[in-house]
Amino acid sequence: MRVSVEEVFETVRMTLDHHFDIRTVTLGINLKDCIDRSITRLTRRVHKRIVEKGTLLNKFADTTENKYGIPITNRRIAVTPASLLLEPLPRTIKTAVQLAKALDTAAKKAAIDFLGGFGAMVQKGMTAADKNLIDAIPQALSKTQRLCGFLNLASTAAGINMNAVEKVGHTLKELAARTKNAIGCTKMAVFANVPEDNPFMAGAHHGIGEPDFSLNIGISGPGVVHSVVLQNPDCDLTQLSEVIKRTVFKITRAGELIGRQIADLMNVDFGIVDISLAPTTLAGDSVAQIIEAMGVKQMGLPGSTAALALLIDAVKKGGAMASGNVGGLSGTFIPVSEDAGMIRAVKAGTLSLEKLEALTSVCSVGLDMFAVPGDTPAEVLSAIIADELSIGVINNKTTGVRVIPVPGKKPGDLVHFGGLLGSAPIMKVPKTASPKFIARKGRIPAPVQALHN
Amino acid sequence: MAKNKTPQICIMTVTGADRVGIIAKLATAMAKANINILDVNQKIMEDYFVMTMAVDTANAAISTEKIKKHLDRLGREMSLNITFQDENIFKAMHRV
Repeated sequence: MRVSVEEVFETVRMTLDHHFDIRTVTLGINLKDCIDRSITRLTRRVHKRIVEKGTLLNKFADTTENKYGIPITNRRIAVTPASLLLEPLPRTIKTAVQLAKALDTAAKKAAIDFLGGFGAMVQKGMTAADKNLIDAIPQALSKTQRLCGFLNLASTAAGINMNAVEKVGHTLKELAARTKNAIGCTKMAVFANVPEDNPFMAGAHHGIGEPDFSLNIGISGPGVVHSVVLQNPDCDLTQLSEVIKRTVFKITRAGELIGRQIADLMNVDFGIVDISLAPTTLAGDSVAQIIEAMGVKQMGLPGSTAALALLIDAVKKGGAMASGNVGGLSGTFIPVSEDAGMIRAVKAGTLSLEKLEALTSVCSVGLDMFAVPGDTPAEVLSAIIADELSIGVINNKTTGVRVIPVPGKKPGDLVHFGGLLGSAPIMKVPKTASPKFIARKGRIPAPVQALHN
Repeated sequence: MAKNKTPQICIMTVTGADRVGIIAKLATAMAKANINILDVNQKIMEDYFVMTMAVDTANAAISTEKIKKHLDRLGREMSLNITFQDENIFKAMHRV
């Protein structure tokens, strides 16, 4: 049966009026076979592969965008965690930075705006190469433009590596100091239970359980969901969940079709559709606005957590019905700086660090793009990270932290990152938190996963 | 462009203010490009004039890219918004 005028119009309006787009197509690339004892040979191979595949990705994304008339906003690359590539090489910061620069140059040449994977899996312990990579992060991310870093510091199976959590507090401070407005920290995410196939930056990497290439897709449609919630101002919450489900079903199907098409054209495996609702700074493309359209007076006020829980559950149900390949993060992103409604809520005083943390216990993905004063001690950053990761570890879910300590700023100031990264209001955090707790280091043991009754 | 007998169905969607000659102009453009029109529907929805035209581009004389450019120009001339998309995107989104 041919599609009706109404159905066609609904799709066309999603793109014309409600910012529906394929937020990202991210090609995961295995680089394990490039490993070498010579950094020159390693970087040469890495460069060749990224430029070749990145160029193809852009070409076929353009073809597909043209065919289906749905914008594909970002084309990105995720690679094997860089710590693995560094294993056989000299443990010097210079070597790690050389690799970082090679990845950055290759991304630039292929016209890829962000390349993820400069990171390590250290949830249980750090190898010498992992330690070297973490030590190199401030230089690597301040001397490159397109490179993104990640660290998995905790997992439900391993617990929380507090040695690494303590170290990362200092790493973030140093990275912040080396870049203007601490913008380097916007390219660095730390996680508990990091997914290996997440297409969204900054945390994307191509996990060790992945094939040679994997094409993952991140759909997004806060604007579309917002519009459908506005069209149903009086229905009860069960019905509201139903209409959200139906909408997300549609946008997920579009994502799957487009992802499969690009994967076919590139002759690589299709990986997953990440159904996360990812806001942008554009008016009407905000997750906070959806919560407010549901009837919460302002994001952060009591009711927000329940509304967000309903929203993300409906998104997952609609997405899971639409595609058998839902994966990645598949949550709701609430980055402070990239969502106009979140910024308003922080300015109005309804959204604090504590409430943000509560919100992340029901949705993905954690404390994202949240800026704090630059004089916040490393121990406080580590403590914030430890708290957030423990939510992920205990609840068997992914949580992450992308915190930006901006030098010279105080609570209430606004810092502009520009472009996709938006503007972040500086949030109030304590000047001291748990110095002795963080200094103890060690590992917070893995939680009991039995005794569920 | 090589002749291809498998149907390649695209949907053209026109939104904006109704006026005389929209279908005539678009049909002429399609005929010039050797594109067969399969179906035309139109409706007024939420104050929008909406027309959809299903066409088969299998034997088109020019590439989809050129068709889209041509339609963009016609759209500007008539102050209409015209999109041209592969039918499968609508099927994927609206059919279980």
